[in-house]
Amino acid sequence: MSDKLRLRFEKTGRAVYISHLDLMHTMQRAFNRAGLPLKYSEGFNPHPQIAIALPLSVGTGSLCEIMDFKLKGEANLQELPERLTAVMPEGIRVLEAYEPQRKVAELKWLQVEGHFDYDERDPAEMAAALQKFYRQETIVITKKTKRGMGETDICPGIREIRFTPGEKKVDITAVLSAQEPTINPELLAEALRQLRPELAPDFAKFTRIETYDVGMQVYR
Amino acid sequence: MDKALERILPRVQKPARYTGGEYNQILKDKSQVDLRLAFCFPDTYEIGMSNLGMSILYDTMNSLPFVWCERVFAPWGDMYAEMKKAGIPLYALESGDPVGDFDSLAFSIGYEMAYTTVLDMLDMAGIPLRTADRPNLLPLIWAGGTAAVNAEPMAPFLDLFVVGEGEEVDNELLTLLREAKLSGWSKHDFLVKAAQIQGVYVPSLYEVRYNADGTVASVTPQDGAPARVTKRIISDLDKVPFPTKPIVPSTEVVHDRVSLELFRGCPRGCRFCQAGHVYRPLRAKKPETLIRQGIESLENTGHEDVTLLSLSTSDYRQLPALCDGLLAYCEPHSIGLSLPSLRADNFSMEIMERLQKVRKSGLTFAVEGGSQRLRDAVNKNVTDEDVLHTCSIAFAGGWNTVKLYYMLGLPTETDEDILGIAEMANQILHCWRVNAKNKNRGVKITISTSCFIPKPQSPFQWEAQIPLEEYLRRVNLLRSAITARNVTYNWHDAETSLIEAVLSKGDRRVADAIEEVWRQGGRLDAWTDFFSFRRWMDAFQTCGVDVDFYAHREAGKDEILPWDHIDVGVRKAHLWHEREMCYESRLSPDCRHQCAACGAAKLLTGGIKCDER
Repeated sequence: MSDKLRLRFEKTGRAVYISHLDLMHTMQRAFNRAGLPLKYSEGFNPHPQIAIALPLSVGTGSLCEIMDFKLKGEANLQELPERLTAVMPEGIRVLEAYEPQRKVAELKWLQVEGHFDYDERDPAEMAAALQKFYRQETIVITKKTKRGMGETDICPGIREIRFTPGEKKVDITAVLSAQEPTINPELLAEALRQLRPELAPDFAKFTRIETYDVGMQVYR
Repeated sequence: MDKALERILPRVQKPARYTGGEYNQILKDKSQVDLRLAFCFPDTYEIGMSNLGMSILYDTMNSLPFVWCERVFAPWGDMYAEMKKAGIPLYALESGDPVGDFDSLAFSIGYEMAYTTVLDMLDMAGIPLRTADRPNLLPLIWAGGTAAVNAEPMAPFLDLFVVGEGEEVDNELLTLLREAKLSGWSKHDFLVKAAQIQGVYVPSLYEVRYNADGTVASVTPQDGAPARVTKRIISDLDKVPFPTKPIVPSTEVVHDRVSLELFRGCPRGCRFCQAGHVYRPLRAKKPETLIRQGIESLENTGHEDVTLLSLSTSDYRQLPALCDGLLAYCEPHSIGLSLPSLRADNFSMEIMERLQKVRKSGLTFAVEGGSQRLRDAVNKNVTDEDVLHTCSIAFAGGWNTVKLYYMLGLPTETDEDILGIAEMANQILHCWRVNAKNKNRGVKITISTSCFIPKPQSPFQWEAQIPLEEYLRRVNLLRSAITARNVTYNWHDAETSLIEAVLSKGDRRVADAIEEVWRQGGRLDAWTDFFSFRRWMDAFQTCGVDVDFYAHREAGKDEILPWDHIDVGVRKAHLWHEREMCYESRLSPDCRHQCAACGAAKLLTGGIKCDER
């Protein structure tokens, strides 16, 4: 049997500015502080065995991060979240720890919430225009790919999207493709900057809410 | 979080250094404290968070229940520009509150090139730069750190300086400040009282007069301030609190590990070395204390490395016992123990072997002088044989990288001494050919030179720095003498060293130039990314600061030096004697072989003796 374990955790508040690489170090140290050292890989350059499923962009929060790891010793999975949360930096809260039943590749959709800030424009007007823009059949933008800059249609990666006017902002809820293709919520603002600059927000911020599989069942 | 800040953070490099929220940060209820203190480090987060002194004093000042001490660092260029554009003032990391609203700002100033950043941080906080322009008691602006051994260039900007080790005096000062705030004292009344605390230097209570030739004529204390301000020390390092719950940065910093301080002071007495003189007397911690504090710190931080700090770590008497004790914990926990600043003369390969099981990093020697005669003159007690002997063991053990550090421009240096550096490199190369087991991997020998800077409160405080052109001539001499392919020569640019010499040996009249550099955009001057030699030279000219007078002039024996009223313990007569020994190329014995009665032992209290076993 594999000794692989899975952690679900939140990364919010000030912790959203911890980069992916720094988060790996932060996790490693937190496990040490909790007295639950991570298992290291064998070989010339041993490194702790942890893998964060979908790296988050700096500035984006999450209530549903997934990290796989292996421990050097045994651990009570029931107690583990509380023990780890107690030694985390502000903003990181461990929700649960369990033996994973599914592969990370089966994670397909991410529900996200966020807002576009409009300092000077009318949010109601913006919300209507945004809804219309994102009802299009195709939205082709230029984006960095593995082979330099390329054209991508982001529409197939947007399963749902809803805009609600708020105070100097438009609230957004969306279900976006988590992988193959990865639709970073930041692309929702980027598409506007490229294609409809008059709708581009003054600032955009997102939080991941929940993970789903291809059939829109909650993924764990 | 502030909305304006939230908008700029995603745009700057490494935003985690501007947010706070790290593990072990200290949060308090601001309505429950009497004093809010901004502990300011005039350099970046990565540097400041690696500073052990900062970590210690953050802990001790926060141990006062009526004080909330928060951290403040200088933003990097991109963040600086974004903050200016968005109108965001300097803020403290723990609370995010603007520093301008705090009761006091305390700066830790470790080196001269941080001076402009101190001014910039004051300005970013919206606080007038000069003490004369701040009539109110609050905010009280003060500083400590090595720069306090010659505080004069910064005297017009700071309300007071703390000279020496801060663990006790900082809290005495904050206790007095609290009383002053709650009782509504004037700034002057507070400063007069503060000057009575040993180790507190209030520059505005000293009137400085100058002679026609520019030298200091007199320094006159007023309102009962002491004629000389005596440095504070901690006599018993085993009893003073040490932070075993230090903050764990959530982003990479320069020294990402647990640091343990083995001892303060140094028994060596290298004559160019300021630290070796101003941190006396010699006081060591017990290995039991260090092992306990090390294990606690590792458990409370989760760090996977621990390092032993001090001016010459291998002079710690119980080093084997300490290493054994720490390794007993570290090895089963896969924690690395590293040991910087080993000396070539008592270098123990066995310790090296044990500590660096995985990585065989290079060997580093601070040789400083190119010949035995010059090394004797500067009291750097390392011989060619020491270096070659260590290298031969190291090469046989599989090491293949050697770095050698030298200074050019030391007093009495001749061209022959400089050529000796190249000769040393050749001998090491030969040593490698004779001793290396596997020659296929090659060898890399790196020679680095920097320009000697005369430092206050060291035996060379009277010395002149060699001119820029002369440094470059010596660099070229050495360059042409190094011919071997395996030897690399790096030389430190001398422009920074020249500015540093002026600031090191400066008096209060240099302050105007520091402000002028800042006005012309100078900040983070310790970084080549930001340092501008032209800007400094222009400012010196604008403000009438004569570079030659400060950097290139030898001071007379009886001259009043601008920092003479700061007493770091070591007697001026001792420093002069050491200087004379230099010109006779004579070594002074290590303190441990023969006490030179330098004077620093007078600072000890409680019946404790210097270097007590």
